[in-house]
Amino acid sequence: MDTETLTAPKMTARNVSVFYGPNKAIDDVSIDVSREHVTAFIGPSGCGKSTFLRTLNRMNDTIPSARFEGRIELDGEDIYAASMDVVQLRARVGMVFQKPNPFPKSIYENVAYGPRIHGLAAGKAEMDTIVERSLKRAGLWDEVKERLQESGTALSGGQQQRLCIARAIAVDPEVILMDEPCSALDPIATAKIEELIHELRGRYAIVIVTHNMQQAARVSQKTAFFHLGTLIEYGETTDIFTNPRETRTKDYITGRYG
Amino acid sequence: MSLGVIALLVLGFGFIAWLSAKARAAAFAGGGRQRPHSLPAYHGWYVALWAVVPALIFLAFWAFLSDRLVADAVLSSPQAAALPAIDMQRAAILAEARGLATGAVGAANHAEASALAPVYAGAISFYAWLGLAIALLLAFAGGAWAYTRLSPNFRARTRVERIVMALLLTASLIAILTTLGIFLSLLFETIRFFSMVSPGEFLFGTHWSPQTAVQPGEPSGFGSIPLFWGTIFIGAIIAMIVAIPLGLMSAIYLTQYARPGLRRWMKPMLEVLAGVPTVVYGYFAALTVAPAIRDLGISLGFAASTESALAAGLVMGVMIIPFVSSMADDSIAAVPQAMRDGSLAMGATRSETIRKVLVPAALPGVVGGVLLAVSRAIGETMIVVMAAGLAANLTANPFASVTTVTTQIVQLLTGDQEFDSPKTLAAFALGMVLFLVTLALNIVALRVVKKYREAYE
Amino acid sequence: MSEAFISVDPTPTDWRDPAMQTRIRRRYAAERRFRLIGLGAVLLSAGFLAFLLISMAMNGLNGFRQTELRLDVDLRQSGAALTAAQLAGPDAEQALAEVDFEGIMRRTADAQYGPRGARLFSPAGRLVLREAVKADPGLLTRPATLWLPAESGIDQAAKGHGTAEADARYRPLAEAGRARIGFNTNFLTGADATDPTAVGIWGAFKGSLLTMIITLLIAFPVGVLSAVYLEEYAPRNRWTDMIEVSINNLAAVPSIIFGLLGLAVFLQVMHLPRSAPIVGGLTLALMTMPVIVIAGRNAIKSVPPSIRDAALGIGASRIQVVFHHVIPLALPGILTGTIIGMARALGETAPLLMIGMRAFIASPPGGLAEPATALPVQIFLWSDDVSRGFVEKTSAAIIVLLVFLLAMNGLAIYLRNRFEKRW
Repeated sequence: MDTETLTAPKMTARNVSVFYGPNKAIDDVSIDVSREHVTAFIGPSGCGKSTFLRTLNRMNDTIPSARFEGRIELDGEDIYAASMDVVQLRARVGMVFQKPNPFPKSIYENVAYGPRIHGLAAGKAEMDTIVERSLKRAGLWDEVKERLQESGTALSGGQQQRLCIARAIAVDPEVILMDEPCSALDPIATAKIEELIHELRGRYAIVIVTHNMQQAARVSQKTAFFHLGTLIEYGETTDIFTNPRETRTKDYITGRYG
Repeated sequence: MSLGVIALLVLGFGFIAWLSAKARAAAFAGGGRQRPHSLPAYHGWYVALWAVVPALIFLAFWAFLSDRLVADAVLSSPQAAALPAIDMQRAAILAEARGLATGAVGAANHAEASALAPVYAGAISFYAWLGLAIALLLAFAGGAWAYTRLSPNFRARTRVERIVMALLLTASLIAILTTLGIFLSLLFETIRFFSMVSPGEFLFGTHWSPQTAVQPGEPSGFGSIPLFWGTIFIGAIIAMIVAIPLGLMSAIYLTQYARPGLRRWMKPMLEVLAGVPTVVYGYFAALTVAPAIRDLGISLGFAASTESALAAGLVMGVMIIPFVSSMADDSIAAVPQAMRDGSLAMGATRSETIRKVLVPAALPGVVGGVLLAVSRAIGETMIVVMAAGLAANLTANPFASVTTVTTQIVQLLTGDQEFDSPKTLAAFALGMVLFLVTLALNIVALRVVKKYREAYE
Repeated sequence: MSEAFISVDPTPTDWRDPAMQTRIRRRYAAERRFRLIGLGAVLLSAGFLAFLLISMAMNGLNGFRQTELRLDVDLRQSGAALTAAQLAGPDAEQALAEVDFEGIMRRTADAQYGPRGARLFSPAGRLVLREAVKADPGLLTRPATLWLPAESGIDQAAKGHGTAEADARYRPLAEAGRARIGFNTNFLTGADATDPTAVGIWGAFKGSLLTMIITLLIAFPVGVLSAVYLEEYAPRNRWTDMIEVSINNLAAVPSIIFGLLGLAVFLQVMHLPRSAPIVGGLTLALMTMPVIVIAGRNAIKSVPPSIRDAALGIGASRIQVVFHHVIPLALPGILTGTIIGMARALGETAPLLMIGMRAFIASPPGGLAEPATALPVQIFLWSDDVSRGFVEKTSAAIIVLLVFLLAMNGLAIYLRNRFEKRW
């Protein structure tokens, strides 16, 4: 059993609020993301967990009406500071989306895209190595090694999502954010992804948003429960699910609403 | 007693028929025993349509027929014996006599015309009254027959609606008729042309001087390669060099970078560019752009003429920008947002996302737009007529004057047209080539865009 | 920690490495350049448009102004056998036609401006004199001061573009207070002429108007009915596909081909009168019809099925559903498309050239079957003459055309914004 780790959290958020125009979507959330654990964000739909996830890699910047308040640090650096390069940030904090979104390119090119723009490979041989390593880590290599030039969109849903994970891994991130990665997949593909998360844990800090409580219980060690834009409770997964402190958490867990 | 007046009389009769039938149908409803199938108004329409439509169809035919009948009557009259045998003079006198009879011409130049005028007047009048009589007879017959069919159970509304459907179908068929009309008229004249000038020489010959007479044995001056080259040079090369970068980059900027305020002003501006009439572009090209280009060319050491391919191509390119930009805009906007997010989430800059993900994904749509733009450019007439000139030159010098297919079509059909001369027919042959090429480009473009759309849905 | 996937693992990416920093800086620079290029493209396109419009405006504004020279006339001594009573009567035009206004003007001008004084005036001067007498018969009985249009050289000199010789003639006149610049009403009311000071656009404009009426009367019903048929009733079979393909292709056929069609069919086969608005209208109707069909189809497509279902549920027949419910709701979209199609037809020149509407028409057409010309064709015909006088008139005609097109497009946009319902 994991003992309480004393290493500093990978990312810390303090008093984070997000506004879309006049509407407050996230209200004063403070949370730590552990570097060795999988953290799950759970809560009913529309409670802001995806929005909060997107603040961690500044993807909210792409929405013109979004406004951010608070402080988020990655390894002690304020990621919203003017001195933080957002391009670098997004390479260090990768993201996998709800609906698999491979580029309309070959499987090889999908994975090679990130390393190519960041200049992480000195030549073709090195790129081949990176692609192979990423696909292996994503558990997809054996299935596609004979057909790397085929289009990424020709794969099945589960394979596409693993391709997206491989793509995110290829730039060597430190944190991987996953926004309901299995909600568009069938149970078998979901199981494969959950197994993959288990294997990636430790090498990367993982945050997973999910509306499936059983999944959160299966894959995560820390869980945060969001409701209506506020963080209601955050703690060890086993504690949250067996003995939540807050009533609202308990009501959600037991299915009284949600 | 013109055709228009007769038509109006028929319509008037139809109105009366409508009123009376409606009144009769209203009487059914007043019976109270059983609700009639259709409203009285529909009964009215049924009778009115049966009265008016056959009569109007007859009148349409009569318009052509009566011309022929009047001409025959006049030519067989005794005064016609005095007409000269030469066709041109004969036609002139006949035309004048006709003008005298209808009152369009005031005084006569030829004595024979004055003699024929009363004959004309008589014949025109006779056939007009005849037409009126037949039309009214048809109207009455149709209306009466329809009237007898009215009854409480009569499904007037269904009948009327069926007629309306037929009307809708006819309207739609006009589109096919037009296409067929274009194709056939071009085809006939082209075939006649090819009986005078061989197709091989027309399509592959390089010497274009249609003013010289066709000498048997010598190559005729109908080799259109210089025209094809001029058209491609101006429309597909120079204009595209201007339009594609400006159009594509404008679309990219407006969809990806511009603030909503700027976008709201700039999109209409591009639409205005597309709405300026081509004659205005042509005048601008001839008046302002061409002299400037000529001066530029001379200063650069080229042999530059006042009418240059570059001037026409430049202005044409500006005109085409909205076509490229709007297709590119639609295609880029159709790429799913998830793709953009996926790229940004990996740390790509916006320009990298656009260049490496969005544009390649939108490429089929953009290519389709470019093809459509090329098709528009090569079919363009006024800009090249006013700014590019008439010299059939096979040159790559953009400062020189070249001519295009459309310019030559206008040129060949200016002035007297004996419809059988090779010059006139050559215009149709050129038109045929233009029609087929633009058609092919459009079909390919639409197919490319359609294939792309399927990939995302 | 899982060991299963550790393969040869190089050092993790060092984001602080100067090489990486340079690379990132270069990427941002490329981003800025790209963005600037995009903005530049938009501004360049806007700049072209502005350049075009401003250049036309600058050239054309003078076309609306006309230099006038003073002429003191006393018609009592002119020997004109004309009385006020005649002018009030039914034969006024006849009586006016018999008076030699040109001679009167010449003699009076020679008397006031010295020998060859008549040459200072535009040929249109006699028309202005005639109209003045017609408007005010009192001129026949008392001396008056009229301002008649000057000839082209002097006109240009007054506007600052004259030759040295014309300037020399103009200056003494201006200093003596005998010249002034006024609004050129003849431009808006007159027809084509050979002298630039005498040309007007009303002839061409009326021709355009008549042609547009015919185009509208034919293209609108055919277009709307076709759109209704294709959207509501057409079964999915080969015939309908062919109709659809035909319409889409027709919308993209170059306009000059329609001119060839008009020439071959309307003129050669049907012998309709050449140069007449009716032929022009027919030709342009064929060209505009596909545009209306496509706009109509889109408008009808956007009416939600729920409305149709509701009407059918009450027991309306299919035709009643379409004509009572769908078309009224689709009407704003249809009208917008129609206006845009008509605006395009108004600006078309090539097809009208083919069917002969390019003759020199010295007076506005009287009816639909008389020779006429259209405004864009008139512009084209005038464009050949590059004398300063004609350049300003051509540009002025362009301004009038653009104003109309702007009004039409503005109306279409207004309709679209005001009435388009978002379902």
